[in-house]
Amino acid sequence: MSTFNKFFGTEKYIASESLRNAVNVAIALGRPLLVKGEPGTGKTLLAHSIAKALGKRLIVWNIKSTTKAKDGLYVYDTVQRLNDSRFGDRDISDIKQYIRLGKLGEAFVSDEQVVLLIDEIDKADLEFPNDLLNELDEMSFYIHETGETIKAKHRPIVIITSNSEKELPDAFLRRCIFHYIEFPDREMMEEIVRVHFPGIEENLLKEALKKFYRLRKIESLKKKPSTSELLDWIQVLLASGVSHHRLKSELVFPGVLLKNEADLAQLRGSEVL
Amino acid sequence: MRQIWLNCAGARCCEEMFTDFFYILREKGVPVSITEWMTLMEALDKGLADSSLERFYYLARSILVKSESYYDHYDLAFEEYFRKVGDLSQLREELPGSKLVLEIREELLRWLNDPINGINLSEEEIEKLPRMELYELLDLFRRRLAEQTGRHDGGNKWIGTGGTSPFGNAGQNPAGIRVGGVSRGRSAIRMAHQRRYQNLRSDLTLDVRQIKVALKRLRLLARSGPEDELDLEETIDATCKNAGEIELVFTKSRKNIIKLLLLIDVGGSMTPYAQLCSRLFSAANSLSHFKDFRYFYFHNCIYDHLYTDMARRKKFGIREFFRTFDREYRVIIVGDAWMAPSELTNRYGAIDYEDVSETPGIVRLREIREHFDHVVWLNPEKRDIWERKSIAMIREIFPMFELTLDGLDEAVRELVGRR
Repeated sequence: MSTFNKFFGTEKYIASESLRNAVNVAIALGRPLLVKGEPGTGKTLLAHSIAKALGKRLIVWNIKSTTKAKDGLYVYDTVQRLNDSRFGDRDISDIKQYIRLGKLGEAFVSDEQVVLLIDEIDKADLEFPNDLLNELDEMSFYIHETGETIKAKHRPIVIITSNSEKELPDAFLRRCIFHYIEFPDREMMEEIVRVHFPGIEENLLKEALKKFYRLRKIESLKKKPSTSELLDWIQVLLASGVSHHRLKSELVFPGVLLKNEADLAQLRGSEVL
Repeated sequence: MRQIWLNCAGARCCEEMFTDFFYILREKGVPVSITEWMTLMEALDKGLADSSLERFYYLARSILVKSESYYDHYDLAFEEYFRKVGDLSQLREELPGSKLVLEIREELLRWLNDPINGINLSEEEIEKLPRMELYELLDLFRRRLAEQTGRHDGGNKWIGTGGTSPFGNAGQNPAGIRVGGVSRGRSAIRMAHQRRYQNLRSDLTLDVRQIKVALKRLRLLARSGPEDELDLEETIDATCKNAGEIELVFTKSRKNIIKLLLLIDVGGSMTPYAQLCSRLFSAANSLSHFKDFRYFYFHNCIYDHLYTDMARRKKFGIREFFRTFDREYRVIIVGDAWMAPSELTNRYGAIDYEDVSETPGIVRLREIREHFDHVVWLNPEKRDIWERKSIAMIREIFPMFELTLDGLDEAVRELVGRR
């Protein structure tokens, strides 16, 4: 077995061929993998699945609008040090104890290779990705306060997700492997549902998917139902024991699929029900 | 079965061969850089394409293309390049006598001619099927179509699905015409050919979310509001001055100071673009990140009034407009700028009675340009017709951009830039 084909998806996570390829290319080249796609197509789950499939620890760095690139490297807790200096409980000349490693730093110093998920990178400031360029390229950074250089013991497998709320800078993109997760087609969706509900009745599955894709076709919906909503819905269907005959004639529990009140109201008026 | 040609030693021969692919990609508008190209070479060198063109399709795409909006451009380039490689005579000229080339060519030809579902037939069976040149096929196709009166599935003659007739969908004839439907094959050129990512192209359409993303970049940060952010530097300074007794200093947080005015042309020739404009409007309106957002309507050109409603009943005088909105406001005018030149240049030239004014429209437009520091004009009409008189005249006054994602991006850049 070559070292290339490492990732095949997991029992609970079906990855398309193109996605598997992208993941393996990213691992082989040691580059970050940037994943985009509609909400609910499993961007974040991908990192979990890679970690599970390869038996590696997962470190998650959730990005918020206030996150700064430096937060991922380390934080120098000046306020704590200042506070300690007032009361003299600790030796404040040792700056090291006030340096806290961020998620990226944590991934670098780990004794074994880890999977690092940088979730929703587009939430942060526009310049955020640029500030990480060097760190992701060289997999090392310098702590000014202590004069220490933290270098990755093992290059982490970096997965970055984006909802394209902001465009990412070109220089950053050039260094990434990119993959756009498409919404699964019916065939693949069948497979996905089956791994979650192995015993599902054939007719029920067919009917549910038919309804689901018909819903998604309605252009005017504010929020189209996604995979996770479908899975929830099917769970409800199974739990309530709805037969496929009944499902055929009416769309039961539409609230599980559509989360927007206007969408629900519109649906009541249409013939999909 | 497939030959290993993409990971030949050192990848040198491949590099030479592929350079054309690089240029075709750029020609099609995929922004590929040398860095990415070298990464692809590195990947090929490591044998990551394995031995299949399909793998290569994904490999090259994940390395070279960084946005789903370029997937379609990539598909076009991929198809063009690899169809060309399939042409033997051209290849001979490029690299005479190279064995590799012959291998590639055979590989490709086999691949192009052999639909995936042909696997069900043996070689001999395939040989037995009638093969025809394209013109023969087309001719026969027309005749069959004329003879055929109904739906047909299976069999070996009529146009339909399945079967071994050269016509129809999902059939097994090695050379044949596919009639609509979904291809069963998943080979790379076919995938490229299907152009599944066509509607992700950013130069074609815009949805609300995309507009929002573009407009979000319309921002200038400045400190304002309550003092609720700890200013570390100042705190340390103050604390030192205070002989070590902690003194906390707070500062105002940074907020967007952009104020936006949206002026929309409604009615007449803008009707086909009403939906596009309303998307732009709802995007701007639902973005809460502007310090102020106001909108007005007009028809064709701006004269003595703007209107606060789409039906153009409630007037808002231009003098008051200038008084209310200072030069800091960023102005986006949306319109096709397409009208009779007289509507721009003549006194009393307005097309609507209500709008008729002594001041020619073009003078008003210049006034608007002068009053505000940043004004852009977004035009939903394609650039090809921008040479038309009235559009050209307005372009002289305002920087004009297409109402596409790319155009919007450029416009936003213009709006936040220094004048």
